[in-house]
Amino acid sequence: MMWQQEDYTISSVPAYLAKRLGYYAVLLLAAVCLSYLLASLALDPRAYYAGRQPPIPAASVNHHLTEIGVNDHDPLLSRFLHWAGHAVRGDLGQTIDGTSVNAEFGRRLGVSLRLLLAGTVLGTVAGVLAGAWTAVRQYRLSDRAVTVASFALLSTPVFLLAILLKTGAIWFNQSTGTDLIQFTGERSPGLTGGFWTILKDRSVHLLLPTLSVALFAVASYSRYQRNTMLDVLGSDYLRTARAKGLGRRTVLLKHGLRTALIPMSTYFSYGFLALFTGATFTETIFGWHGMGEWFIDSIGKNDVSSVVAVNVFAAVTVLLSGFLADLLHAALDPRIRQAS
Amino acid sequence: MSTTPLLEVAGLDVDFDGRPAVRELGLTLRRGEVLGLVGESGSGKSATALAVLGLLPGNAAVRGSVRLDGTELLGLPERELTRIRGRRVSMVFQDPLSAFTPVYRLGDQIAEAVRAHQDVSRERAAERAVELLDLVGIPEPALRARSFPHEFSGGMRQRAMIAMAMANDPDLILADEPTTALDVTIQAQVLDVLRTARQATGAALLLVSHDLGVIAGTADRVAVMRDGRVVEQGTVDDVFRRPREPYTRELLAAVPRLDATRRPRPGSGEPVLRVRGLTRTFPVLKGTAFRRRVGTVYAVDGVDLEVRRGETLALVGESGSGKSTTLFELLELARPEGGSIELFGQQPGTLGKAAARALRRRIQIVFQDPMASLDPRMPVGDIVAEPLRTQGAGRAAAGRRVRELLAQVGLDPADAERYPHEFSGGQRQRIGIARALSVEPELLVLDEPVSALDVSVQAGVLELLQRLKDELGLAYLFVSHDLSVVRNIADRVSVMYLGRTVEAGPVDEVFAAPRHPYTQALLSAVPLPDPELERKRTRILLAGDPPSPTRRYEGCRFRGRCPLYAELAEQERKRCAVDVPVFEGDGVACHFPRVRSVV
Ligand SMILES: Nc1ncnc2c1ncn2[C@@H]1O[C@H](COP(=O)(O)OP(=O)(O)OP(=O)(O)O)[C@@H](O)[C@H]1O
Ligand code: SF4
Ligand SMILES: [Mg+2]
Repeated sequence: MMWQQEDYTISSVPAYLAKRLGYYAVLLLAAVCLSYLLASLALDPRAYYAGRQPPIPAASVNHHLTEIGVNDHDPLLSRFLHWAGHAVRGDLGQTIDGTSVNAEFGRRLGVSLRLLLAGTVLGTVAGVLAGAWTAVRQYRLSDRAVTVASFALLSTPVFLLAILLKTGAIWFNQSTGTDLIQFTGERSPGLTGGFWTILKDRSVHLLLPTLSVALFAVASYSRYQRNTMLDVLGSDYLRTARAKGLGRRTVLLKHGLRTALIPMSTYFSYGFLALFTGATFTETIFGWHGMGEWFIDSIGKNDVSSVVAVNVFAAVTVLLSGFLADLLHAALDPRIRQAS
Repeated sequence: MSTTPLLEVAGLDVDFDGRPAVRELGLTLRRGEVLGLVGESGSGKSATALAVLGLLPGNAAVRGSVRLDGTELLGLPERELTRIRGRRVSMVFQDPLSAFTPVYRLGDQIAEAVRAHQDVSRERAAERAVELLDLVGIPEPALRARSFPHEFSGGMRQRAMIAMAMANDPDLILADEPTTALDVTIQAQVLDVLRTARQATGAALLLVSHDLGVIAGTADRVAVMRDGRVVEQGTVDDVFRRPREPYTRELLAAVPRLDATRRPRPGSGEPVLRVRGLTRTFPVLKGTAFRRRVGTVYAVDGVDLEVRRGETLALVGESGSGKSTTLFELLELARPEGGSIELFGQQPGTLGKAAARALRRRIQIVFQDPMASLDPRMPVGDIVAEPLRTQGAGRAAAGRRVRELLAQVGLDPADAERYPHEFSGGQRQRIGIARALSVEPELLVLDEPVSALDVSVQAGVLELLQRLKDELGLAYLFVSHDLSVVRNIADRVSVMYLGRTVEAGPVDEVFAAPRHPYTQALLSAVPLPDPELERKRTRILLAGDPPSPTRRYEGCRFRGRCPLYAELAEQERKRCAVDVPVFEGDGVACHFPRVRSVV
């Protein structure tokens, strides 16, 4: 309809982003409240102290639970308000063992980011390139090979892949007679040395976890990117670009891939959530003490505050990646910049 | 200069996945010449044009010879082809929206074409882009060069496309249906720009079109294609005046002409439909989570119509003028937002359930796109019977009626068992007509019923409509943007501009002696399939695009583009600026109606 375009006044990009940000803040609030309620209802902190030898007296359990604000004898609302009162001041409470959630959070956040960041960035870039490349080579042998490999990967459970990688590494180490590839923890305990020694040590520890994160990203993004690229390859404007006399590379990259990235920005934010979920297993298998491991541990311990903290982290990550996707979308697509 | 033709195509074959699309095609084009390539849909016109530049998709196989200035292009390595594309031979495509990359500014895309072949700085290329946009008549070119494709109207995009094609002074421009997606007045503008482009560059033009009128007005020579072959080639005068091949003759005979002499037979008696001052607005909304109203679209803003028994009223106007909204309002059978609707003497929206149901039967619609309006999973018999069954007919009675109806619209009664995809476009439209007729309506609303069809098929459907009207005593409200078709089917015509009726009357009178300046411009923009007449005609070119229907207008809303307004005296202009011209009866909504013959 011809009149629509005229009537959208060109509102500024910052205004658009501010609006999205406000919208995300509301979502975050809702997510946090819900996860608090859910965790409080589903978990039973009292059980953590049951069956100890010697038994802990009920009065002191009660006292401790009240101290850390998760006593189920207090009304849920007042527990929540107590927690929220601290949370708005940036204090996420105490773990069931009485230590500070914030401190634990800080420690584990770094671990998780180190684990996910390299893998995600690597996997995304490689996935986009692989997708675009296979689209250009549609139905050729290379396209089919990548397709089969991605589907095989996508149907492999994360933990299985991680174990396979580990087995492969052990085999590699044995057959080369070295211990080149490390797969437990973030660094070799007790290692001392200069910056380069430490860096090298960390890198060899990062190798397998990064690979397992990246492989999934490559597999799923390459599928999406292949589809969006195929749409673009048949488009009229690529034909126009060729008709102008542009070279094949310019046509495919500058006009083709650039436009085919637009719909991908949405996938990026969904994909991040999947990666985070997958990372829970990756951490456990490779012995990294990150957020995922904490989540599993704290559920096992019926530790309400820690579970909520991990949920806060997950919600912030998802919304942040959603916001980044919005930014990316606005940066990539002039139609969005003006129409909203 | 040598006598080598600029372009020489010989023995060209194109196959798509082994199926032939072009066969043994031969064409020659001399420097500066305009060759029209005409033919019906699927005849291989686009395939030919794309083959010249090696732009066919991967599933195409090409054989034969394409020589540019004696150099063979087929089989040339991609690297050398890219040096010819856009520099010696450039191309203008049909759909100007999808033909530009959506994420880059138009100025940048044109500059890119410049820099692909000329060793100039970024700044110089950008300047050149602005110059080119200026040349093709884009107002404020320096500013508009910074626009993205979606910010341009269809006509402006096509201008920009032509600007890009001119960027490197090509020897040859290939234009594949460059105006097919545009309204006639915009088409006239774009053809004019194409002329400018040829004058500026001295390029030859291969103009691909299915519209014989466009070819007649623009081309020096014409090649007629059918089923992948050129059946006839010659000067436009020879081919249009003295066609040698029977196929060319048939094609020319099938084209509806604006200057036809058919005498209309306006109906008499009480009107079956009477619309007065109809208005309909839509809110313009903004925002995603919280939608706010930021304006109003005055989609229909004063429409008057009258259709009598046994007559065809054509409702004409360009895209966005409110034709479809008017139809929706009529078919809604509700009380209109503003103005009045009277159907068979009754006011819809004031009736009880039973009366409304009876009224609904008496008015039926046939849609534009025959494929989209038929459910692909239903056999044709069920599709046709559907309105009958909703009116409560039994299965056996409906079956009998379906066979009768299929025969009536020229299909085989046995076709009832088949599915829509087994039929051609024209046959599908016949199915749509049969469905509409099943409940014996008295008024049939036809929304662009033949615009998706090729001329030869079009002629058959129009003939059928005419026959059914006579046999069944129907009245038609025929919505169309194609004025040549209108001249050949309508008895009376009503012209809309920006949501408002501006002129109405018997079709022969209005076309021969239009009084509203807009009607005059509209008619003058329609090309005639007759090169001699075309050379004698002068076009009234309207400036720019139709303005936004979100504005309220003081006085006459055509004022900004009215050619007559410019000629009026100060005192008269004031009247146009202040008083809204009122439409009444078979009248004209202009303060200074002057007859001007334009066909
Ligand atoms: N990409 C393609 N793949 C397969 N077949 C195709 C392709 N493009 C065109 N064809 C077929 O080739 C034949 C010629 O098509 P072409 O587009 O050249 O016709 P045209 O004369 O330009 O028609 P129109 O007036 O509809 O544009 C048709 O039968 C068409 O279906
Ligand atoms: S009223 Fe005036 S501006 Fe409007 S169409 Fe007539 S002459 Fe033109
Ligand atoms: Mg075509």
